[in-house]
Amino acid sequence: MPMKIAPEQTFNERVQTGLDDSYMRETVRSAQERLYTNKSKAENDLGHWEEWRTLSEQIRSHTLENLDYYLEQLSDNVVKNGGHIYFAQTPEEANQYVKKVAAEKEAKKIIKSKSMVTEETSMNEALEEIGIEVVESDLGEYILQVDDHDPPSHIVAPALHKNKEQIRDTFERLKGYDKSSKPEELTQFAREQLREEFLEADIGITGCNFAVAESGSVALVTNEGNARLATTIPKTQISVMGMERIVPTWEELDIMVSMLCRSAVGQKLTSYVTGLTGPRGEDDLDGPEEFHLVVLDNGRSNILGTAFQSALHCIRCAACINVCPVYRHVGGHSYGSIYPGPIGAVLTPLLEGYEDHKDLPYASSLCAACTDACPVKIPLHEHLIEHRKIIAEEEKKTSLGEAYAMKGFGLAASSPGLFQMATKTAPYMLSPLTKEGAIEKGPGMMSGWTEIRSFPAPEKERFRDWFKNRSKKGSSS
Amino acid sequence: MTKGTMYNREAFLNNIAAKLGRERKRSGVTRPIYETQPQWDVMADYSTDQLVDVLKKQCEVIHTDVEETTMEKLPIVIDSVLKKYGAEKAVVWDDPRFSAFGLDSFLVREDVDIWGEAPGRENIRISEQADLGITFADYTLAESGTVVLMNGVGKGQSVSLLPTYYIGLIPLSTIVPRMSQVTRSIHKEAEAGRRVPSCINFISGPSNSADIELDLVVGVHGPIRATYILFDDR
Ligand code: SF4
Repeated sequence: MPMKIAPEQTFNERVQTGLDDSYMRETVRSAQERLYTNKSKAENDLGHWEEWRTLSEQIRSHTLENLDYYLEQLSDNVVKNGGHIYFAQTPEEANQYVKKVAAEKEAKKIIKSKSMVTEETSMNEALEEIGIEVVESDLGEYILQVDDHDPPSHIVAPALHKNKEQIRDTFERLKGYDKSSKPEELTQFAREQLREEFLEADIGITGCNFAVAESGSVALVTNEGNARLATTIPKTQISVMGMERIVPTWEELDIMVSMLCRSAVGQKLTSYVTGLTGPRGEDDLDGPEEFHLVVLDNGRSNILGTAFQSALHCIRCAACINVCPVYRHVGGHSYGSIYPGPIGAVLTPLLEGYEDHKDLPYASSLCAACTDACPVKIPLHEHLIEHRKIIAEEEKKTSLGEAYAMKGFGLAASSPGLFQMATKTAPYMLSPLTKEGAIEKGPGMMSGWTEIRSFPAPEKERFRDWFKNRSKKGSSS
Repeated sequence: MTKGTMYNREAFLNNIAAKLGRERKRSGVTRPIYETQPQWDVMADYSTDQLVDVLKKQCEVIHTDVEETTMEKLPIVIDSVLKKYGAEKAVVWDDPRFSAFGLDSFLVREDVDIWGEAPGRENIRISEQADLGITFADYTLAESGTVVLMNGVGKGQSVSLLPTYYIGLIPLSTIVPRMSQVTRSIHKEAEAGRRVPSCINFISGPSNSADIELDLVVGVHGPIRATYILFDDR
């Protein structure tokens, strides 16, 4: 199951690991604060943020409603430009195709820029199995790869759980690094190491922030320049996209990129926004000679036409993760999925089924800060409630596990803990975020969830204590 | 041009249509009239001078130096930036604007290589070894401090990417408020059935990363420092 992180541990064990890791917790806390502050400033600078959100939501829902049409247009244009497009229903199909291309090119080394979808398919492992060296070039991904494939804990800043001393030690131990833990020196080291790799690589693999249907283009939004290198030097480029990552025209691309950059990192635009259309022209002297686009379903189509369809509007900005009080406390790895935080809790059970992820919809205080933060207005906390209802129904049917029965609200109710996070403790835990009034809205927005009103007033209990007590009771897998 | 290929499309798209609970849509889909379009209000009535002010301010945010000069002084200013960076080798686009803006003498300098003069992939190696790359901006975005490069023949992507330092030459006539104006014109091209350039780059300052404890480090895989030189060509 490629989306999983630390599947050998239970949800409880992963959360405990997160709670015990004080380095990680401190790093995550300050990161959340900074990312949130940067985003707020970017919203204010732009002005009319709600109008931008409305427009973005309209674009995303129109595109998803007509997804077959726009993917058809995209594929026609990719082919017209001389590129190759492969529609993959499963991770295996996607990996198989990429392996086939790599074999045809007799590739020995592949350089990759950041791509969550290839994490989903475990593409690196698939390629390594046939003897190809795969090098991650995004700084965060590179750090994780050097550190014995530590899994990512955040979808924008994958190595967020590590502090600079840990990174220095890793580089020292495994790469012969002998300088300080200054981020500048660590980064310079990675630049030097990776430049060589770029020049030697036979194939560059990238993700895709948005494909543009009208021209058959792929847009990459980055700061480091590694995605540009991966699409400039190697002779073959393979981009891999989730099937929903598409916009009708360049005009919608403008809006989505404007929102993504601001919501993810508080920038007006990242250093590089690159639109790539097919392989190089006949007289061009750089850029790939061959261009392949892999479009992956992997369970996404099952979300279409359901109450959860808007989860596919996600542009992977991580704004919801950056305001989540639960993420702040337990860190990304606790979610057991490469997609952590509120969007992870919504998406992972949809893509992989409830069986292994039925804890996730409860890893939320339903404070609705995520919903407020989302640039495309996905009602994340409502989706989580919907998940809980479904899980409760299922549990009732099979009469297994009282823990998830709707009457007790499973995890949230096994102790006042999580519920409390939605009410009393949330303002305390989110104190830097309350200024904008996001959290005060929380309880009000829960009113749709009527049963919650009959809850006893929760007692004061810190999340850590609550979690300890809850674990003792052994209320969940 | 190589011939494109397509795999598994019909089954894949049929499944999507089925999940959406309807027949495949193959035509007749038009974009909605969006109820709100705030992008067109951004700096809508700004003069070029006002846009230049916005651009300069944004450049402070994105760690990019700005020089303002005239067409006549352009060679001197470029030279001073080369000296500032201690650059010994520069690589530039093969772009008629160098001549048009009186930079012929610059192009024949010993320490300047022109993209495309060497055969094939040798140009990538030359750029990789150059200390500094120079290109013109095809458009310039005031809001985000962005130079837009339409790469293609003579205009290699490597020039703005592989050298340690980068200079963007910005004729004031290229300045627009934001990305919207540029994407609209690309959209018009695509709508008219013309192929858009194979690589369009929106570049806002030097490369950077905040992957280590969210501390911003300027200079990762792309250039580590950048200067924009603004000059009036109107
Ligand atoms: S759900 Fe919304 S806020 Fe969260 S990552 Fe996706 S787009 Fe961003």
